[in-house]
Amino acid sequence: MTLGKTAFFKDPINQKLSADEHRELYRLMVRIRRFEERCVQAYQQGKIGGFCHTYIGQEALAVGTISVRGADDHVITAYRDHGHALAVGMDMNSCMAEMYGKVTGCSKGKGGSMHFFDPQRGFWGGHGIVGGQTPLGAGIAFALKYRDIKGACLCYLGDGAVNQGAVHEAYNLAALWNLPVVFVIENNRYSMGTSQARSSAGYPLTKRALAFDMDADSVAGNDLYEVRAKTAKALQRAHELSRPTLLEIHTYRYRGHSMSDPDQTYREKTEIEDYRQKNDPIEHVAQVLREHKLLDAAQEAKIDEEARAEAQASAVFSEDSPFPTPDAIQQDVYWESDHPQHKRSEGVLFFNQL
Amino acid sequence: MALITYREALNQAMRQAMEADPNVLLMGEEVAQFHGAYKVSQGLLDAFGPKRIIDTPISECGFAGLAIGAAMMGLRPIVEFMTWSFSFVAIDQIINNAANMRYMSGGLIHVPIVFRGPANGGVNVGATHSHTPENFYAHIPGLKVVCPATAYDAKGLLLSAIEDNDPVCIMENTILYNTKGEVPESPYRIPLGKADLKRDGKDVTLIAHGRATLTALEAAQQLAEKHGIEAQVLDLRSIRPLDEAAILACVQKTNRIVLVEENRPFCGINSQIAALIQEKAFDDLDAPILSVSAIDAPQIYSMPLEKLQLPDAQRVVAAVLRLGLRGASSP
Ligand SMILES: Cc1ncc(C[n+]2csc(CCOP(=O)(O)OP(=O)(O)O)c2C)c(N)n1
Ligand SMILES: [Mg+2]
Repeated sequence: MTLGKTAFFKDPINQKLSADEHRELYRLMVRIRRFEERCVQAYQQGKIGGFCHTYIGQEALAVGTISVRGADDHVITAYRDHGHALAVGMDMNSCMAEMYGKVTGCSKGKGGSMHFFDPQRGFWGGHGIVGGQTPLGAGIAFALKYRDIKGACLCYLGDGAVNQGAVHEAYNLAALWNLPVVFVIENNRYSMGTSQARSSAGYPLTKRALAFDMDADSVAGNDLYEVRAKTAKALQRAHELSRPTLLEIHTYRYRGHSMSDPDQTYREKTEIEDYRQKNDPIEHVAQVLREHKLLDAAQEAKIDEEARAEAQASAVFSEDSPFPTPDAIQQDVYWESDHPQHKRSEGVLFFNQL
Repeated sequence: MALITYREALNQAMRQAMEADPNVLLMGEEVAQFHGAYKVSQGLLDAFGPKRIIDTPISECGFAGLAIGAAMMGLRPIVEFMTWSFSFVAIDQIINNAANMRYMSGGLIHVPIVFRGPANGGVNVGATHSHTPENFYAHIPGLKVVCPATAYDAKGLLLSAIEDNDPVCIMENTILYNTKGEVPESPYRIPLGKADLKRDGKDVTLIAHGRATLTALEAAQQLAEKHGIEAQVLDLRSIRPLDEAAILACVQKTNRIVLVEENRPFCGINSQIAALIQEKAFDDLDAPILSVSAIDAPQIYSMPLEKLQLPDAQRVVAAVLRLGLRGASSP
């Protein structure tokens, strides 16, 4: 594709966007990138622990897919979840604070970077085990259908996750039981240090849908407008026909797999630079918008400045927030022990205390 | 002897086993071109080539099962789980196939396979990534489980495991990978099922395995320095087979036992050992057996709290002091 060119700008789903809405989508992508850059900094300062997987390079994917969801459409993803979290409307403070391990974090500092949740916004995580969220996505769709709600689940997984048994089982169940789920493969070409060609037989990955009589589509993931158009079609299929879809969305991550991957063994730096030059999803939307006179230099600069300030403020907020108190370790384990007034079982649930 | 890391010790063991036996191979995610997620297989691809050092897709159930099948045919695969937390998607293969194969075939088949990888909390990766399932796997007759705490033990136990004709689970620890110890260059074996007295003492025995051994050693040091209590530390090294004789000898000698583990308390290794001691050495006990385990909850992410959740020397010292011991120099 050529930066700034898209065949999907006039797709009905995109045509109905107002100038403001166009800019808001762009702003969201910029916010994700600036947030991630701030995370990288915080990680390097030792403020964030454990594993931290950034979304830089993949912004159009989460923003595009989630921007076309309706009120009853839900989202579930893997551990590379910061982009989705911001795209569903979670605020930077609660996301950043989660990574700082603070009580103000979206999971009260219990989950960390890989385990963001916000069920109020239809965001069901944030899952650390590769492929583990995929049957859950089918289950969310099952529950919607069971209750006669015309909604669907956007269920994200990586190009490496496709080789988990649970994923194949979920595909089959979704197709067999006509579940309104959209499996979104975020094909960023690598699973950790393994290229797609070294991990997966049968290319493209959409072919796997055929075996289950599931509809599939291949999507250029750096084109926000194409992502929106094709996701909207899949959601429509889910809403109206209660049928699953497999979307293979092509994208690319710019940084190492996680903050602890030095990214030295499996690709050339020039590959990254080359991709960025030719395909950067944010620059792409910026060019499209400039061409349509929807974004001028001043607006662009302001959006960027505000995103940086917001990310910085989230780090300050997180720094200033308290850690959970030690009793938090044994809270949120059982519903029942968190609701002693409704306790029905007897006997001991915990076998030591601090 | 050379001073090398725990990581290098494991690497040496695999290298030497592969040099000695063409049936030994290594399989797992990122073990070849990436040299292992934790670099334990550094350089092995160069030394042995892609036929024997095999990168897999993220299909633990598939490749663990495949390796079990290959082991039934006489190969001796080493399967690396990036962490033992990820072995849970393969647990059916490990339990129903690797562990039960010999029994279900009436002894016609055996499964000489090693499953290895780190199993630990303490690195802020959250509940899904911090499992220490030595108790799950040791629960299963047919499986052997070892948890090396030092570089020396890591090499000797891994070499024994690879040469063992039964399935062996080796639980390592990402925090220990960089720790150094004296390790002989030439191959040597530590028998599975042999505990190691890592510090001698007369007043109380701390029994531990894996990294908890180092915690126990630190506690023993503090007990000696600050409280005049001589604690000895028994490192189980192997969970199943279990060195019952060594445990009982400690009870006879010190009459007081504090158990230390990074695992959680319910149906854990400490519970098993406590049951064993009260059954076989009740009369030798001068005090109740105390147990120091991880706080009973999923592993928390938040950094300062995770530190509290896992046992530290302070908690072990406090447990020992609860025994009411009066050391030589204490008031
Ligand atoms: C069952 C399981 N095995 C291994 C891992 C370790 N792991 C975490 S992410 C990852 C790579 C996944 O790649 P992909 O699905 O392409 O997603 P991406 O990271 O590219 O977004 C691996 C091997 C895990 N978390 N869970
Ligand atoms: Mg990937």
